[in-house]
Amino acid sequence: MRDLKEIQLAMQPPMVEGDHDFGSVSDKIGDITLKRKTPFHWFIGFGIAFIVAQLLMMTVTTLLARGIGIWGNNQPVGWAFDIINFVWWIGIGHAGTLISAILLLLNQKWRTSINRFAEAMTLFAVACAAMFPLLHTGRPWLAAYWLFPYPNTMGIWPQFRSPLIWDVFAVSTYATISLLFWYVGLIPDLATLRDRAKNKYFKFLYGIFSWGWRGSARHWHRYEIAYLILAGISTPLVLSVHSIVSFDFSVSQVPGWHASFFPPYFVAGAIYAGFAMVLILCIPLRVWYGMKDFITDTHLIYMGKVMLATGLIVVYSYVMEAFFGWYSASQYEQFMIYNRIWTGPYWYMYWLLILCNGMSIQLLWFKRFRESPFWLFLISIVVSIGMWLERFVIIVTSLNRDFLPSSWAMYSPTMFDWSMFIGTIGFFFTLIYLFVRFLPIISIFEVRTLLPAANVHGHPSDFDESVLGVEYTYDHTDPPNK
Amino acid sequence: MAQFFHKSANNIARISMILGVVLAGTAFYVYTQVARSSYLTGRYLEKQQPVQFSHKHHVGDDGIDCRYCHSTVETTASAGMPPTQTCMNCHSQLWSDSEYLEPVRASFRDNKPIQWERIHDLPEFAYFNHSIHVAKGVGCSTCHGQIDNMPSVYQENTLQMEWCIACHREPEKYIRPKSEVFNMNWQNSDLTDDERLELKAKNKIRSRELLTSCSTCHR
Repeated sequence: MRDLKEIQLAMQPPMVEGDHDFGSVSDKIGDITLKRKTPFHWFIGFGIAFIVAQLLMMTVTTLLARGIGIWGNNQPVGWAFDIINFVWWIGIGHAGTLISAILLLLNQKWRTSINRFAEAMTLFAVACAAMFPLLHTGRPWLAAYWLFPYPNTMGIWPQFRSPLIWDVFAVSTYATISLLFWYVGLIPDLATLRDRAKNKYFKFLYGIFSWGWRGSARHWHRYEIAYLILAGISTPLVLSVHSIVSFDFSVSQVPGWHASFFPPYFVAGAIYAGFAMVLILCIPLRVWYGMKDFITDTHLIYMGKVMLATGLIVVYSYVMEAFFGWYSASQYEQFMIYNRIWTGPYWYMYWLLILCNGMSIQLLWFKRFRESPFWLFLISIVVSIGMWLERFVIIVTSLNRDFLPSSWAMYSPTMFDWSMFIGTIGFFFTLIYLFVRFLPIISIFEVRTLLPAANVHGHPSDFDESVLGVEYTYDHTDPPNK
Repeated sequence: MAQFFHKSANNIARISMILGVVLAGTAFYVYTQVARSSYLTGRYLEKQQPVQFSHKHHVGDDGIDCRYCHSTVETTASAGMPPTQTCMNCHSQLWSDSEYLEPVRASFRDNKPIQWERIHDLPEFAYFNHSIHVAKGVGCSTCHGQIDNMPSVYQENTLQMEWCIACHREPEKYIRPKSEVFNMNWQNSDLTDDERLELKAKNKIRSRELLTSCSTCHR
């Protein structure tokens, strides 16, 4: 049995390439924040992202001053960019949680070097997503009593039978758990940075946020338990959050929304979009920061395969959507499908969607495309656009022609719809750039566990401490076990 | 390597964790209390009026009925503020040369209404009608308190939605026989629970669902 396991292990491609020991891993990742001069391309990228983020500031200011009438949505298309973008961003976050939680529980080693920034991506995407429904309330400072159940002076609670309130809980739980998970995972690395920082302000800040981590056996023991518990809590969230987001639509009766297969359809779409965003981020990152040893081609291929699998589920859902329209025998559902695909004013959006999400992904069947970072990057961008189109098609084409022809109307976004959407993209990348600059983008201590030195077989007396490549400082301040 | 943080940092960290929770809890509690305080609701606050009119004297001592001045309370949305002529019905004879009542006589002479300071101010988005409440057996003192004991009228209740809706949810707890609506001394305990339910049916008070429907008050 043991032989078989060893053969299996040997057949797995290595997750860390190059000749690394514990010390060189810490150097390579930690130095990005601590020692290396901030590269010029960082300033360029951050500058562009920051300027684009100002579009968001401008839009939010105008919105608060003038109200949500600055957006193009109006009856019958009461939900448009605000909810499209909300679902788009929330979906993107899901890959981070899948990578960090489910792949951890499934013991997938390849998650180790991508989980840190995938989780950061989740957090920032949730922040962008939350802005849309909050600002759609028009007066976000009053949103607390519309959204959260607390003993308010009106003596009433939010409508608990509405999926919108489930959404509030789903998203706020998701944001909290994602933040905790990310932060708990960061603590040992923050301590590494604290110990290596020369600048005393950085030392202080990293020190505060590492909560006195000294890496004692007790610390590790508790850390492992906490991390596993958080992974356990996060795992259902991967499925539940986007299921509940899909309830926003499927609980209603609008043709094109009222379908029982929405939850799995949305969850698959979310993971699909999320992996596309992870690829968009990590392909340039590993080149710019020389991280190819840790984010290897194998990682990219695996992510490409996940994208292909989830993408095919999404394509299947598109087929099922059309099938349900026919099978429902409801004239409204049937009309909705004709309207969406062929006779309606937004038919080209549907075919763009099929092109982006359905066709482009088929390239990943071929090894040539899967193994080329360039093609993966390109397909990921196309998929991201496709996933945005999917939400546009679901939301706008269902609403603009519903039951009563007398209430049909077209939807067109205004300048502020676009500036808000593009602004959140700028905001997202601003946060990503700050993250890359100030925090370790790859989990240092977890990558160390992938090294051969971390899996020593044999008698302890054979163990040569020099392979660790780090000096051990024994900590005498740690009190003895009680 | 010397330790960057002093040993006491451990305790500071622990205390700050507990303190953070306590502070957040306290802040939330303070918020819920401030939101109901008279600082925001104006409850119990007396206002300076152009004439220091005493309800205690006119209602409590003299026994004038509410409707003598607030004459439209049974028929319209507004209870009605009395015109100066109503005051002058008596005060053309009583205390007719009192310095204290000069603003009243001036108002009568110049035909300019007295500018009373409003005490009970409902927001415009709440539709309120006095007549229906009176007709269903909600007494004056249920909302306005014992006006006959107020030398200067103040707001007895918060007028917040949770206060309105408490009665709309369980009107039987607050109603009285129609004959007692203007009785300032009527006590809630004058009726038993069963009598109240009977009264609710007799006064034809609608269902809880209808009374708490959004558009009952927000039209």
